[in-house]
Amino acid sequence: MDPAASLVQPALWPLTAIVFLPALVAAFLSLPIVPKAREEFIRWTTLLTTAVVFVLSLWMAWPQLFGAAGPAQFRLGEPGMQAVVKLPWIKAFGIEYLLGVDGISLPLVVLTTFLSMLAAAASWPITKHVKAYHILFLLLVTGMLGVFVSLDFFLFYVFWEVMLLPMYFLIGIWGGPRREYAAIKFFLYTLLGSVLMLLAILMLYFTSDLRQLSPEQLIASHVVSPGLDAAAQADAVRAIKDAKAPLHTFNLLALAQIGQLPASPFAATQLWGMSLEKWAFLLLLVGFVIKVPVVPVHTWLPDAHVEAPTPISMILAGVLLKLGGYGILRICYPVCPGAGLDFAWLVCGLGVVSMVYGAFAALAQKDFKRMVAYSSVSHMGYVMLGLGVWSAVAGHEYRWDAWAQGVNGAMFQMLAHGISSAGMFFMVGVLYDRVHHRNLEEFGGIFNRMPVYSGLAVAVFFAGLGLPGLCGFIGEVLVTLSSWNYSRVLAVVSAFTVILTAAYILWAIQRVYLGAEYKGPHGDHLTAITPRELAIATPLVFFAILFGVAPQILFNYVTPSVNRQVETLADWTRRVHDAPAPPAVASAAAPAAAAR
Amino acid sequence: MNLAMNLGTLISETLANTLDVSAPLFRPELCLAATIVLLLLCRMLPVLRHADSALVALGGVAFGLWYAWSDFQSLPAGGDPLSGRRELFTGLLVYDSLTAYLRLLLLGFLALYIVFTRVSGIPDREDGADFYTLVLGATLGMCLMASANHLLMLFMAVEMASVPSYALAGLLKGRKASSEAALKYAVYGAGAAGIMLYGLSLLAGTLGTCHLPSMAAELARAGHAGGAGGSVMVLSLAGLMLAVGLAFKLSAVPFHFWCPDVFEGAAAEVGAFLSVASKAAAVALLLRVTFALGIPAGSLGIPAGGDAVAPTLAALADTRHFMVYVVALMAAVTCTLGNLAAYGQTNMKRLLAYSTVAHAGYLMMGVAAAIAMAGTTTGGARDAVTAVAFYLGTYVFMNLGAFAIVALLRNTLRSEEISAYAGLVRTSPGIVVATAVVLVSLIGLPPLAGFVSKFLVFSSLVEAIAAGAERPLMLVLLVVGGLNTVISLFYYLRVLKVMTFDPPSEERATDPFPLVSVPGAVVTALVLPVVALGLFWSGLYAAAQLAGAFAS
Repeated sequence: MDPAASLVQPALWPLTAIVFLPALVAAFLSLPIVPKAREEFIRWTTLLTTAVVFVLSLWMAWPQLFGAAGPAQFRLGEPGMQAVVKLPWIKAFGIEYLLGVDGISLPLVVLTTFLSMLAAAASWPITKHVKAYHILFLLLVTGMLGVFVSLDFFLFYVFWEVMLLPMYFLIGIWGGPRREYAAIKFFLYTLLGSVLMLLAILMLYFTSDLRQLSPEQLIASHVVSPGLDAAAQADAVRAIKDAKAPLHTFNLLALAQIGQLPASPFAATQLWGMSLEKWAFLLLLVGFVIKVPVVPVHTWLPDAHVEAPTPISMILAGVLLKLGGYGILRICYPVCPGAGLDFAWLVCGLGVVSMVYGAFAALAQKDFKRMVAYSSVSHMGYVMLGLGVWSAVAGHEYRWDAWAQGVNGAMFQMLAHGISSAGMFFMVGVLYDRVHHRNLEEFGGIFNRMPVYSGLAVAVFFAGLGLPGLCGFIGEVLVTLSSWNYSRVLAVVSAFTVILTAAYILWAIQRVYLGAEYKGPHGDHLTAITPRELAIATPLVFFAILFGVAPQILFNYVTPSVNRQVETLADWTRRVHDAPAPPAVASAAAPAAAAR
Repeated sequence: MNLAMNLGTLISETLANTLDVSAPLFRPELCLAATIVLLLLCRMLPVLRHADSALVALGGVAFGLWYAWSDFQSLPAGGDPLSGRRELFTGLLVYDSLTAYLRLLLLGFLALYIVFTRVSGIPDREDGADFYTLVLGATLGMCLMASANHLLMLFMAVEMASVPSYALAGLLKGRKASSEAALKYAVYGAGAAGIMLYGLSLLAGTLGTCHLPSMAAELARAGHAGGAGGSVMVLSLAGLMLAVGLAFKLSAVPFHFWCPDVFEGAAAEVGAFLSVASKAAAVALLLRVTFALGIPAGSLGIPAGGDAVAPTLAALADTRHFMVYVVALMAAVTCTLGNLAAYGQTNMKRLLAYSTVAHAGYLMMGVAAAIAMAGTTTGGARDAVTAVAFYLGTYVFMNLGAFAIVALLRNTLRSEEISAYAGLVRTSPGIVVATAVVLVSLIGLPPLAGFVSKFLVFSSLVEAIAAGAERPLMLVLLVVGGLNTVISLFYYLRVLKVMTFDPPSEERATDPFPLVSVPGAVVTALVLPVVALGLFWSGLYAAAQLAGAFAS
């Protein structure tokens, strides 16, 4: 039998623990032996669980911290998938328990575990149904982490959907006044996106055929486990090649390999006047951009973010939005490269429209939290633009380095926005816990009343603004620079958006923190920041500054994987996309060139 | 002399056929029949007066289940799927993998159902024998529906399943709504049966036979002869009339009107029976009829894929095309209307009634995909039948679970209105979690069994599109199915919303419903498989694949 089926894969237990430990603790908490009344115990258990998961993810990401690097730990600078776990799950459909991390997913995993820990700490003010809240929270964490590490499309989809229900209840029970509306709206939008995604998954699955891949590609995509010895690998490859019927696959790496074949079945299959590749790209894109979100389908976000309790807003803005960007980067582009190239204008256009629209909308808000929510729409627009700048400049001269710059910028922007937006939502939450309103017009003078808090808050808001030296700057500048090569108009627009961003953030700071005195109700509740709040805010500010001055900490992880993906796709563009009939043209051109 | 001897051989041959071939494969049904007799004896004999009828019924069903299991086990796994096929009772019934799977499913459901009704308290002790006689009788009819191979048998089986159901609907004797439900059901059923019988006689008259595979051969011959002229009209009309009868059993739109009224008026226990067992049998019968008439390879005993079958298959293309359109359009309309009508419901049983209408639509989508692919890709048709069989397998737990929750909550809350469930999470969180699992599974979200079922049905639709079988129609079904999944979200979630978000009503006797109790154990036993089959579905899928072998 396939030794990949055995339980002695080095990364099996670390990765499984990272994903499923929260769910396991949630199951434990749901038992009747944990009394509802022991709220402190439940809170501490949750915090401890998220802390353990964070340490585990750190152990994977930064082995030097823990001594010598083991085989399950991340090797910096290696672009491919690492710590791959492969177990059969549903054999009839070739569905596998296939996990792995690379430079794209690992930083997002660490971001998720980090923010989950902070959000668990920020959950202390939750006093309603504490037990149920923490069970749902832990289930949500499992769903998020599962999406980032899944390499099997079916598994990915399962985790993607697992997040929905806990989030629905977390917003719907613990949210603000319009919580029911916000919860169902969130659920409905995301479910619509996921149904479209499911259709794309099925289309890709039934068109894929593993037999088309070379033995090297089969091994590289972990269809045939690289851990096998040569003879066993040859056997496994032969079994695939000798199959009589097409062998379909859900393996994302294999789907990417198939999508990039010169004779890709996705590009060759025509459905209603468009290639299957394009249909799949569009369906997946809709599913993902609902999560990002971009402008026509963003309306769930302000409602959900505003109504959700503070820790859930932190998770929503910090992690859930990144799932959309991650999905586009991990699935849309590698699996459907041709459609990605053809629809670059669409992705970039959506990005710029959300950027500008989000900024204007933020400028118009009276509600502090709603302003922060719209700032997320605007900031995630940079991510879309960065992912989309497939730099076709001047005919067929592909600037892969410009595109790589954009994608690296987008990745950095996702991570930086994870820190800054979670921080901004937390800062709004701190104020709301005290005065129970969020009206921007009724603040002022907070600096005098809460100096430490205000200092930290202003630092976080400046990070969101994109001030040089803070984390928000790097991503925006890289994306804007790279988009210059794609379209000067878009570059100019995105550069000018920074002014709008500065306007709404500075205006908010002025109205809330500056001024002579506090104008709103409950002024006597404006007490100094508590040690617990300080313990949450400080790391966020610390990382906002650290990643601003030393961005290479993140780029060391991100760049190798991103660059390789971009390089591969650029190479694919030259090889496949621009060579209509590769063999014939090549053989005809070669003698001519030689003669010249 | 000669005649007498011929008669003698005829009788002895029939007897030998009945005893040696048919009876051994008919043991589960015989067990049910024997149990019915025993239950009736319990009513009459003073000695047996005090026997617990639920236990008697359970014992009989256990025997039947054991036989059904051993029959299913002895199916040729992976080998020639046709070698297990037998015609029983000189062609009246057919025994194949679909029969075996459905029988196992129905009897397994029945065993769970008897346990559940024993706990929920309807029927009471006095009515027990009557109730279980009716339930077992209807199930016997359903087993026959799953194996009908002859128009006569088809009609008898449908009636045998329906008539006890009418009586079951009126079980709550004192309640006006219950009697009204029974009457409505009976009148509607009689009308549908009449139309179906008319269609059957037209079919039999035009084709000159009642044996389904022979009818297919006649149809093929007519097709070879370049169409049967005026008889095409008659045949289409007869097919539509037959569809009316089947649609009534499936509660497919526009023959679903009885469904919400009957479900609301009858006890939740009866609703559970009708929504699961009756639906499974109706789907099996639909598969039977459509495959026997449209894809004769298996039923004519010709090896699949051989040259001999190709002309017949080609000649039946029009028949299949007709059937795909009828089934697919009905599926799309049923699914959409069921989901939309469920919106406004305030009664939980009525909501579940519309939910079963919608799910009939999803099941029929799978059937449509199966017929569409049967002519072109045998493997695809097998996958589609597998998807339908798997769906039925998970539907047992989802819907029985849902109705069990309604029935057991009725016992504590004395109400089946959704508003009565307000704030239930405060007093009995366990039952709310169980409800959430069941309803979310009915929506079709992972990692629950309902998702896998929907995934399989959708994947067979995509497979049909990829294979180019009835492409536009299958795309319509796929889009309709996807959209319906989204719109069904609202009404299922509304129940959960009421249970969790809304404050509890003040006059409610806060009767907790602990999961650590007998009713709690029943609900847990029904809900756990919904989760388990969502995570580890290889086993059920393999079983369903055996059933799917019938399509090759």
